[in-house]
Amino acid sequence: MIAEFGQITLILALLIAGAQSVLPMVGAARRDARLMAFADRAALAQFILVLSAFSALTLIFINSDFSVQLAAFNSHTDKPLLYKISGVWGNHEGSMLLWVLMLSVFGACVPVFGKTLPASLKARALAVQGMIGVGFLAFILFTSNPFLRLNPVPINGQGLNPLLQDPGLAFHPPFLYLGYVGFSMAFSFSVAALIEGRVDAVWARWLRPWVLIAWCFLTIGITMGSVWAYYELGWGGWWGWDPVENVAFLPWLVGTALLHSLMVLGKRHSMANWTILLGITAFSLSLIGTFVVRSGVLTSVHSFAVDPARGVFILVLLVIATGGALSLYAVRAHVLRGGPGFTLISKEGGLVLNNLLLIAATVTVFLGTFYPLIVETFSNDKISVGAPYFDATFAPIMVVLIGFMGVGPLMKWRQDSWANIRPLILKFGLLISVVGLLVYLYGRSVLGAISMGVAAYLAVSTCVVFGRKIGFGKPGMGQRFLAQPGAVYGFFIAHLGMAIAMAGITSMSVWAKEDVQLLKIGAHMSVGGYEFTLEKMTPGQEENYQFLKGDVRVTKNGKTVTVLHSARRFYPVRQMITSEAGIQVRPMRNLYVGIGDGDAEKGWVVRAYTHPMVCWIWLGALMMALAGFVSLWERKR
Amino acid sequence: MRMRAVLIFGLCLIASALAFAQTPSEADIEQRARHVGKSLRCVVCQNQSIDNSNAPLAADMRVLVRERIRSGDSDDEVIAYMRERYGDFVLLKPPLQANTVLLWVTPLGLLAVFLIWYVVQSRRPRKSVELVPLSEDEQQKLQDLMKKTELPS
Repeated sequence: MIAEFGQITLILALLIAGAQSVLPMVGAARRDARLMAFADRAALAQFILVLSAFSALTLIFINSDFSVQLAAFNSHTDKPLLYKISGVWGNHEGSMLLWVLMLSVFGACVPVFGKTLPASLKARALAVQGMIGVGFLAFILFTSNPFLRLNPVPINGQGLNPLLQDPGLAFHPPFLYLGYVGFSMAFSFSVAALIEGRVDAVWARWLRPWVLIAWCFLTIGITMGSVWAYYELGWGGWWGWDPVENVAFLPWLVGTALLHSLMVLGKRHSMANWTILLGITAFSLSLIGTFVVRSGVLTSVHSFAVDPARGVFILVLLVIATGGALSLYAVRAHVLRGGPGFTLISKEGGLVLNNLLLIAATVTVFLGTFYPLIVETFSNDKISVGAPYFDATFAPIMVVLIGFMGVGPLMKWRQDSWANIRPLILKFGLLISVVGLLVYLYGRSVLGAISMGVAAYLAVSTCVVFGRKIGFGKPGMGQRFLAQPGAVYGFFIAHLGMAIAMAGITSMSVWAKEDVQLLKIGAHMSVGGYEFTLEKMTPGQEENYQFLKGDVRVTKNGKTVTVLHSARRFYPVRQMITSEAGIQVRPMRNLYVGIGDGDAEKGWVVRAYTHPMVCWIWLGALMMALAGFVSLWERKR
Repeated sequence: MRMRAVLIFGLCLIASALAFAQTPSEADIEQRARHVGKSLRCVVCQNQSIDNSNAPLAADMRVLVRERIRSGDSDDEVIAYMRERYGDFVLLKPPLQANTVLLWVTPLGLLAVFLIWYVVQSRRPRKSVELVPLSEDEQQKLQDLMKKTELPS
């Protein structure tokens, strides 16, 4: 019954989305208020229907109703409740339903929060939102129906992929999707603005919170993925330039550019065309991300099922959405009027440069991800593009970006001159040299020294900008500190977060140490000044897996630092082995141990790592996400 | 792929560990091999270097790298040897050649073009965009208009 109910609500949602994509458009063209108002109701109805379908599927998983094929293939009765629920989106069909649920949530937010929007703009944007809904609901119903029944009904299910049975990963997809799908707002409102032929500060200020929300969730989603890969995959890395990571990073980069250009548009009425283009691009890249991950073009832990028909369907959606929007842009962009001009040596100029550099970074990651595919398509040659490529291309662009990131916010709007900030730049130069020299003396690495110097410079310059805003050291500072708009705190926290992340990334890439050895019980190895001794191996049993746990004592100069527990788990339902790393987390360095295969006679394979400042990377990233939420907060005037 | 790698963890890790353990005294060889290994792809894996892959082939490739280093090859010679044997696919850092020109030129080219554009544009004296304040007459008209069209709230 529940499955059929879910199925029917999905079909209804598709029908309503169809009407939502046509009627309001017609209404806006004819200035018919009733047709335009239909968009509001349709968006709300769509949300309620999709939410019902999603709840139905969740109930099916919680009740372990294995007459539904999806539950039978992806769930199991011997599983903690958390993973029964997260199993709903731990598979292709369910995750697409989650995608559409997010889409309908954002759609429903438009009538709820957008009461002051111009009626025609709202109607058109909701119509575009409806079109995206039609595409993805049709995709679900025709190629990936989550409610298919199974006959005969199996006694038990096949369980969730053990790698996905992890609290961190349970919430990784919802956050990521909130980010991906949140950019649909930027897309819909960009397309609507192109049709209207009008973009102004009101438009930018309305869109800004939605882009901020999408960007924050995307940041959290990516960070969670990175943390999970660090402790679950057991290779001791936090970012591998894997295609699946890259396609989540692409909309993030463009989203960052979009946030900054929206600021210019909202405050200075300039860069309208460009902002629209970024809005379209950010969502298109989200669609590409969905396509890549769901089609199996690039295989990874994320590709639950490889089915060419699905890939083709999403590719067609992608081509229609991106192609359509960009064509519209080509035809209509000239209608949008630019605001007042500015000289490039100004805050606007700095933000233009920010956008250009972020685009260069995006193009680089895009090329690195898809180049092997392109080469193979056209010439049958197989090439690889891996981390060394990105180190050589992406990293320099980021260093230049961060170099300007310290100076840009110090500039005045509209017109400034180098002479005004020259004294500061000299001081910053001195700061980079001093920090760099100290780091070099301690860490013996030129690259590390430069990079740490630049991170310190970014942190200090961010503090200087914030200090100027609040009039640091002058009377009434405390009051001014409290009286700043959310965006100022947001800027401060986000840019500081970037500096912190950069310090972490630098120290991980320059000073991390690792080794792999075959250790018998009682044997030891030394890594980065620490002695790792394998003390014992104990077997055991948990609710849905068996494990073999290894204790590794870590000592420094003969004194015990900690005992790490690393385990290998065997999941009988899926016949899969996973490894659990043993990690001691400290602000300045992590100790990390992974135990592999082996036996008492030969010894066990032990991988040991010291990771200096790795937590700073995630701390910095989370600060950026927090900053986005802080920026949402607007002081009542 | 990573999952499969985990499944066959057993055999391959022993092999790899033996490979690592072969020359404990030759710390220099070990360090160079790890360094070279980071730039070579495990050719049966998804985007993993032979240094951090658990696949059996990666273990074989690690052994091969050490053999070449031991027989006196320089790092570049080892990489050239592996490339001859496995093709361009083995190089995680693709070489600059006809079919990778776009890949290599685009990022740094874009960076250069954008920076040059910015410098050139910002040096060019632009017509300053002075905002002309409204004349008194216009100001008056605006006031009147604002009064007339006050929105019903």
